[in-house]
Parts: sequence; structure tokens; C-alpha cells
Amino acid sequence: MVTIDVNGVSRQIDIEPDTPLLWALRDVIGLTGTKFGCGIAQCGACTVHINGAAMRSCSVPIGALDGAKVVTIEGLSPDNNHPVQRAWIDEGVPQCGYCQSGQIMAVAAFLKTFPKPTDADIDASITNICRCGTYERLRRAIHRAADMMRT
Amino acid sequence: MHGTGTASTFSRRHFILTAASAAGGLIVGIAAAPDSARAATISKQPWNDNDHAPHEIDAWIAIDPDDSILIRYQRSEMGQGSMTALPMIIAEELQCDWSKVRIEYASSTRSVRENRVYGDMYSHGSMSVRQSQKKMQQVGASARERIIAAASARWKVAASECVAAQSVVTHRPSGRTLRYGELAADAAKVKLAKEPAIKTPAQFTFIPRRIPRVDLVHKTDGSAKFGMDAQVPDMVFAAINACPVRGGKLKSVDESVLSGTPGVVRVVKLENAVAVVATGTFWRAKRALSRLQPEWDVGAAGSVDSAQLSAQFRAALTERMVTARNDGNVDKAMSGAVRTFEAIYETPYLSHSPMEPMNATVNLQPDRLDVWVGSQDAEAALGAAARFSGLKPEQVHIHNAFLGGGFGRRDANDDIAQAIAIAKVVKRPVKLIWTREEDTRQDRFRPHAVVGFKAAVGADGMPTAWSIRIVTSSIYQTVGIPFPADKAEPPAVDCLESNGYEVPNTRVELLLKNTHLPVWFYRAPGGNQHVFAIEGFLDEIASASAIDPYLMRRRLLKGKPDWLKVLDTAAEKGDWGKPLPRGSGRGIAICTFTDSLCAQVAEVTVKSDGRLKVDRVTVALDTRHMVNPQTIAEQAEGSVIFGLTAALFGKITIKDGAAVQGNFDTYRMVRLADAPRIDVHLVPSGGDIWGGAGEPAVPPVAAAVANAIFAATGKRIRTLPIMDTDLSTST
Repeated sequence: MVTIDVNGVSRQIDIEPDTPLLWALRDVIGLTGTKFGCGIAQCGACTVHINGAAMRSCSVPIGALDGAKVVTIEGLSPDNNHPVQRAWIDEGVPQCGYCQSGQIMAVAAFLKTFPKPTDADIDASITNICRCGTYERLRRAIHRAADMMRT
Repeated sequence: MHGTGTASTFSRRHFILTAASAAGGLIVGIAAAPDSARAATISKQPWNDNDHAPHEIDAWIAIDPDDSILIRYQRSEMGQGSMTALPMIIAEELQCDWSKVRIEYASSTRSVRENRVYGDMYSHGSMSVRQSQKKMQQVGASARERIIAAASARWKVAASECVAAQSVVTHRPSGRTLRYGELAADAAKVKLAKEPAIKTPAQFTFIPRRIPRVDLVHKTDGSAKFGMDAQVPDMVFAAINACPVRGGKLKSVDESVLSGTPGVVRVVKLENAVAVVATGTFWRAKRALSRLQPEWDVGAAGSVDSAQLSAQFRAALTERMVTARNDGNVDKAMSGAVRTFEAIYETPYLSHSPMEPMNATVNLQPDRLDVWVGSQDAEAALGAAARFSGLKPEQVHIHNAFLGGGFGRRDANDDIAQAIAIAKVVKRPVKLIWTREEDTRQDRFRPHAVVGFKAAVGADGMPTAWSIRIVTSSIYQTVGIPFPADKAEPPAVDCLESNGYEVPNTRVELLLKNTHLPVWFYRAPGGNQHVFAIEGFLDEIASASAIDPYLMRRRLLKGKPDWLKVLDTAAEKGDWGKPLPRGSGRGIAICTFTDSLCAQVAEVTVKSDGRLKVDRVTVALDTRHMVNPQTIAEQAEGSVIFGLTAALFGKITIKDGAAVQGNFDTYRMVRLADAPRIDVHLVPSGGDIWGGAGEPAVPPVAAAVANAIFAATGKRIRTLPIMDTDLSTST
């Protein structure tokens, strides 16, 4: 039995401890905004915040998370108004949208460390795959979100 | 006892709410979103389990007394933006207030019941807009005229005295008005003597219009429902491993290793696959499956590898072929030529690899089958599901979801077939998910192709003749599309047969060689590999003739103003001819695809150690007409990245009959750090036809990049992917 805080709600999860957080979120708790893309921490579609850090939940076993604070895309903002979400809407980033929960969570954490990122910072840190190829708008949206967060 | 209780009360509640919702029950407004996104709305889940709404004018449009308008969208939304574009076309004719529109998928079950009321439901071939445009206009115009007829009857005036705009009918002489919501019930009963004429593009007032896609907001907060997000009470999870050598069969599997494993319900043996079904989480099924060691009967295909296939395809270039095009007299022109050139271009098998791996959730009951899936064709999915289950089509309900990428892959129903087969055994609702490795290896691949060129040039260095011979595999055979053997299958010759160049002697020939590997439509079929070949070879001729590659193309496109417009736009905006530092170069390429035209200029830098960076791609795209320039530009940008992944990294290698690459560590994708700056210039030329938007920007990028590499390094790339060529210039 593991107790974790997910989006501000305490959850007791009774499942095999090697179960990745991704599947606990999707199949046990029913939060499906976090996506399965690869299962080996390559694509980032499953990115969530664990104790404030962006992590690829497909590769984090639930057994290691007792007492952890997890934030998923559903808990990033109460009203879809996090600067990263607003920037995503303003720049029209998503196409199919499948990877975007993970992209948004990765960028939201990244901007805490890099409030005024250069393109090189972005290239080095935002490695999530988008198969629709929304990178042009995604990069613009990262800069826009950074601007919003500073003002 | 493990697992059966882990399907949470959350998910049950969600499902019940979903299942019970009447039209509009789950519609979520976007008042919280910024103004830029406040427009038409959609539900977080695009399907509606109730396929009839209370205030329908017809199967497409319902208008409630409060003026809110439901428009049904009959195709799929996989990122291409047609769920926004098609309703926009209806709105153009309906003369309605776009901010009061909400959109949901049309039901393929209703279409089956009601004599195919929604017509074709597929999204492929960049055809959603261009094949629906007239029909959508007619739907909107018909509803508008019936609403006007209802108003004129109410007022007892001539319909010709009434006009409709922004969801209001006005009687011009008196200034009286009625809202659409007040007229819809009467309009539904109106039979028009004849259908109204639709607008010409010159009469459009709403489109083209750059507005945010309707699915934008739900795709930023995790609420958009994809096939994999379906939640059904008491469902179990299945993971599957099909024979890695296609065509092979399951010989045996030792299930005893799984005895006592938490949550495992059972092992299901299919003819060519083994699946594990578990309760509670997909992880249990996946982990248990990885512990099985199935034995396969793979037959002769088990010794096939990429080197053999490549050698066979290349050797076949001299075999007798089917002629796709034959202008002038190529042989005569060759024999009298000043100079001839030959080259062979080769492109490998590719996996589609949408971000959402294949999956399907089914609930199979004796007299009803429900399928939750993201399908590129909900009507074909219904037909396939009926065949697989043995139920009647009208007993099958496809709940089409958002598609986490399609690119042609979500058109084959393999996942639905397997999920139904498993459900027949376990007799419970099943959610089947393919692992990423399964998704890559069990794909129906982009074909492998070899193209042999021979060209003759005249004294001025310009080509006077060329022979283009293609060896590839038949997509139509895999799909099951009948096609005469003495004709050239269109996707196998696309962009070669339809190249725009005025070369007086042109011959294009095709030989189809199918292997044990299934091949399939892949975003911009044919074009995605043939433009690399022909535009690379033309560059070779230009280089050998010491003619600027852009100017050679200009001369060969003389008298084709639409081609020249996109070529010139790409060249001008892409700074063609401007100086670049040593180690950098520009390349250009052009094609027609899905009745659109696209030219691109790529700018690359190659370091002396061979490291390549694609710095910038400039796109000029002529789709003839436009509904929403915003989503067209998005498609062009995304197409460049899609084509770039294939150009730089894309390759499925075959070893012992099976695909070697499995996950993204071995099947590499372009990421943000690899992505060039992309500038898109939309230059619609108008005319009678409408061009596609989802694919035409895919084909040119590989050629533009390869030609830019030649300009930078003098190295000519004739085989993809580029990463297999050493680009270093240091000694």
C-alpha cells in the first residue's frame, strides 16, 4: 500500500510496487490525461511532476513514491490558465494533441529552472517527441510562456 | 483475489455519465479560454452515444431554441484540423453565428441505419476537405433555405424578401427578424422544391478565415479523449505479441510461467499471436506477456533480410515493367544524346509510429458490439467489426475518439480484429493496447522502393529525355483494392509519373514485387519517397550541366504559372542565391501532391566531422483554395518535420524476416533540438479544383535537404536515411 498525493488528493494505491506510476494514474485512479507513448522514458508523453520535478511516469515504480506529491496535467491549473497552457492556446501548438500533456508538463517544470530560456536551453531540456511535428509553434510557445511568467 | 476492484469508482462514474448523456450532456464551454479560442466548441469526448439530437433539421444540423447549433462532423480528427474546417464550410452557407456552434462526430451506426446519410467517413489522402467541400456547402445551404422558408411562411411573405445572416432571418421590407432557434422546428418540416445553388468561392464571406482549431483547448488540459482513454465498467486489459515474422503462426507457448501471477486472467492464443489478459492495469498484462516465450512457425520468410531485399529490388530494375507514362521517344533521344546520366535512388521500409500506439476497447455482447477506438474511417471500422464479430452492422457501435496521430496507420483495423478475438474468449469488455515495440514491428510499412534513372541532356545542358524505372511493392494488394496488372498502381508512381517538368521524351515504368512484409498508405504515399528520388536526380543533372538548380527547374516549368509561383516564392523567401558560410548550403525541391503544389528550400550546415543541422526550411504551398489558413500552415510545418524524420533517421531494417527496430531508442524521431526553423507561405491559386493540405508538404523536404547537403559538401545522397551516409569532410 502506497500513499501519494495526486493533484491535491491523497490516494492509497494497493497494487504491485513495480507498477509504473503511469498505469496507476491511468488505470487505477482514472486520470487519462497522462499518455502512454513508449514505456521506456524515450518520448515523454507520460511526463508528470513528482515533488515538483518533471518525470517520465512510465519509468517510475509506484513503490518508490510513498508520500510523494504528484501533479498531472489535470492538476496543473484549476482553470486551464497556467501560463504554459495559455501560451499553447495562443500559439496554437497542438495538432493530434496526444503528446501535449507531456510537453506542457515538461515545459512547466523547465521554466521554473530556466525562467528566461535560450533556444539552446530549450533544445537541451525539452526532448519530448511530437510526431505531428509541432516544434515550430512549441518553441514559440515556450518563449511566450516564459514572458508571461515574468510579467 | 487481485485487481478486479482496481477499476476506480472515478472511471465507473465517468462512464455512466458518458453513457447516459443526451446530446450536450458533456459539452463543455470554453469560457475560461482566452478570446483567441472562443469560438465553436466541442466535447472533451468527440463521440456522442446518443446519435440523435432533439432539434435536428437533418442528420447534420440541430438548432436548439436558444440558438445553439450542433454540427456533426463525419470524418476523423487526427491533428489535421478537418473537424474545424468542414463545419466552417457548413457555417459559410448556413450564415450562422460560429460562436454558437458545437461540433461532434457523426455516428457511423446511424449512417448504416439511414442509408449512408453521412456518405464517406474516412480521413485519408488529404481528402476530408476536397471531397466534402461541395457536400458540406450543400448541407449548409439547404438548411439555410429551409430556415428562410420557415420564416417566410410564418410571416406570409415571399422567401425572396428574406435574408439570413449570423443566425437571424430578416424580412427586408419590414425589418422584422426571427432567430434560427425560433425557426428550427418548422424548418425541419420544410421540403424544398429544389436544392439551392451553392456559393462560388468569390461569394464566401466566412472562409477562408484563420481561426483556432475547435479541439485546441481540450488538447492543452488533458481532457481530450483518445481511443486509449476509453473506460468501460469491468473491463480487462490485454497486451499482445504477434509473430515477429509476418505471415508466421503461433506454434506453442508455455503458459505455466504465469500461474499465480497477480491479476492475470488468462493467456489467449490466436492463430498468429499470443495475448495476456489481466485485471486492474495494462501493466500487469504487459509485464506478464514479456515473460512468455512463444514459439513461432515462420516458414521461409524467416531467413529474409534487408540486404537480400535491396539486392532483389535493384536487380529487378532491368526486368520487364508496366508503362505508366510514355511521351515522345526516349530510346531515340538517348541514342542521339550529347551526354547521358544514370543513378539509382533507394528508400527503405518505414513504420508510421503515431504517438498513440494502436489500441481498441471492445464490449462484445450477444446482440451488440461497442468499440472505442481512434479510427481514420469509422464506417470501415464498423464494417470490419461486424465481420470480425459476426454481428449485423446495425448492431455495431463505433465510438470514434480523437486519434493520437494516424498518418495512414489507423485505417487497417488490426487492433479491432484482435480485441474482438480476445473478447470472444474472455467474455468481458477488453482494452487491448499494443506496446510501442509491437506498434513498430507489426506496422504495415511504407514500402521499400528503388528508382532507376537514365537521362539525356542536349548541348545546352538541359535534359531532353529521361527514363524512370521503379521497383516497389503494391499497397493495393495488401489493402485488397482490385487493380489491373497491366496498369501502373497510382501510389507506386505518384510524383514520378506526375512530375511537372517539360522533358519532351519521358518514360515512367513500374514493377511491383511484394514480399512477406505488408505495405500500406503512409502520409503522402509514393510522393514521400519518389520526390526525394526525382528531385535529387534532377539536381545531379543541373550540377553536371553547371546550371543553377532553381533556374533549371524554372526552365523546365516554363508555361506553368502555378508551378512557377510556388517555386519562385520558396526561392525568394528562402533566400536562394544569397551567400552562406562555408559548410552550409541550400537545396530546392518541388512537387504536386493531392492536387496541391509545394516547393521547399532547405538550408543546412554540415560540420567537418559530419554532424548535420537542418537550419531552416522555407515552404511555399498552393492548396488552390483555403478554409482555415491556420490549420493549413500547421499541416505544412508538421509535414516538414514528418518528412525530415524519414529523411534523416527513418529505416526499418529486416533481419531473420522480422523488423529490427522497436522503440524510439532505435527508431529515431526528430525532436525539438533537430527541428529547423520553418517558414510557411500560402499561395492559393484558385480555380475549379481544391487541393489537399495534410500531405503535400511531406514529399519535398527529403530532396531539399539532400540537395542542400550536396551544395554544402559535394556529397550526393541517393539512399535514405541520411544518417547512414558519412558526411564528414575531415581527413
